[in-house]
Amino acid sequence: MVGLANTFKVSLAGIVLTTVLGAAIGLFLVSANRLLKAVSRAYVEFMRNVPLLVQLFFWYALITETLPPPPQALQPLPGVFLSNRGIFFPLPGSAPVLEGFNFSGGLAITPEFAALLVGLVTYTAAFIAEIVRAGVLSVSRGQREAAYALGLTRALAMRYVVLPQALRVIVPPLTSQYLNLTKNSSLAVAIGYPDLVSIANTIINQTGQAIEGIAIIMAVYLTISLSISVFMNWYNARLK
Amino acid sequence: MNRLLSAVLGVVIAFLAWRFIDWALLQAVWQPDSKACRAAQGACWGFIAEKHRFILFGTYPYEQHWRPALASIALVLLWALSAWRMFWRWWLVLLWLAGLSVIGILMWGGVLGLPYVENQRWGGLILTLLLSTFGIALAFPLSILLALGRRSDMPVIQALCVGFIELVRGVPLISILFMASVMLPLFLPAGVSIDKLLRAQIALILFAAAYLAEVVRGGLQAIPKEQYEAADAVGLTYWQKTGTVILPQALRIAVPPLVNTIIGFFKDTSLVVIIGLFDLLQTIKVSLQDPAWSGYGVEAYLFAALVYFAFCFAMSLYSRRLERR
Repeated sequence: MVGLANTFKVSLAGIVLTTVLGAAIGLFLVSANRLLKAVSRAYVEFMRNVPLLVQLFFWYALITETLPPPPQALQPLPGVFLSNRGIFFPLPGSAPVLEGFNFSGGLAITPEFAALLVGLVTYTAAFIAEIVRAGVLSVSRGQREAAYALGLTRALAMRYVVLPQALRVIVPPLTSQYLNLTKNSSLAVAIGYPDLVSIANTIINQTGQAIEGIAIIMAVYLTISLSISVFMNWYNARLK
Repeated sequence: MNRLLSAVLGVVIAFLAWRFIDWALLQAVWQPDSKACRAAQGACWGFIAEKHRFILFGTYPYEQHWRPALASIALVLLWALSAWRMFWRWWLVLLWLAGLSVIGILMWGGVLGLPYVENQRWGGLILTLLLSTFGIALAFPLSILLALGRRSDMPVIQALCVGFIELVRGVPLISILFMASVMLPLFLPAGVSIDKLLRAQIALILFAAAYLAEVVRGGLQAIPKEQYEAADAVGLTYWQKTGTVILPQALRIAVPPLVNTIIGFFKDTSLVVIIGLFDLLQTIKVSLQDPAWSGYGVEAYLFAALVYFAFCFAMSLYSRRLERR
């Protein structure tokens, strides 16, 4: 059941972060600044057209190959260490200290978790950005013009007039992106993050109980999928 | 405000672009020399130069590499031809059958003086292309049946189709691939074994069929009710009605989303790495295990990303052109 907890951990963190990043990029896609628009467009096109698995391998290689080993770890902020053995944050009462070949104490993020999270977040954000863009564009021009006529600034008009209406269009496809992210977290098995599939796979190899193992994987993912869609349907119904 | 933003953004982009160009071009090593690579500060493209034959063709016999190369080109040409609306005729099916048989002869050999190559040795780009081509080609008819079944009046058929579609769409592709590679052999009588490649292909077909079925269903739903009623009024049977009136219109509507699903599927074939098939991504991973060339994962995966990007971006440009019509 460690696997289930790990799957939950990465999916939950991923959904929160990708929503923030995706919404930001989606708003950049409709921004008045040409350069910002072009950069976000290039980002979305590149991310959407390269398989997630390739991106995961890339991030994993980037972390384990280009970051220095723990003794020479980078220290971007005091107490925060970046190394090829993971990222270490200080917690109240325990700071990461170099002991032998690795750090101990503090909050440690393994390279596998970091690569999986970064990969899932940046990949899904490209899809969410397109959904947000479509949602914003679906709000009729008159609404925005009326808001400007009332003296609202662009940002205020976006916040109070456009986004609440756009959300209705955005939420249903957003649900399927959340489901995709959760399902895609199963790719963890490829870079060695001990998620549900990876643990179940180990169990299958050790016990030979293939049918039970696969049945557990499928049952868990179906449960997660169904609960996310029930929650999002409820949220969608509340918006209307 | 807007100008300031542009200026700040411009400086940041210019800095990042300069750093990247410095790494990827100016300080890079291009010749396949692992000692020079170790000494250099920049990217090691020599790795790709050294390993490109293995990455593209896998363990296919070295002196026969022209065969998968030719087969890949033929396959890409077939796809490119099918993209033109003027070629959407019945003889396109014949052309595909002919093309695929030529590719089969090229890949297996055993006739015309070509040495036989068993399909365990196929690998690299052609495997990725073949898995996606056959996945789509066989999943497509199945998906039409599933979509029709989902809208059928017969409750048992409808329940079966809905159950299958929702089950497959609700679980990750990996679990389906695992199921095919681990569980399928358990259901077969002793002594019978299915090839690993074939098992993965079956899993991919079932997976693609469920997703394509939903797209086809979208097309079916877009057909106005009058069309069904008119066909009934003329006295057509169910299959006549579906085959001559409904499907031709529904599939035309569904082409742009179909292309998008196909792009997604092409990307998803990379997952066969996890059950150990030698597709493009797996050959790259294996190349990285060579001790003389270990530690160049960033370059290797950038190369993989570029190859996939070239295929997927071409398809997405095409789908956008279709949508604009």
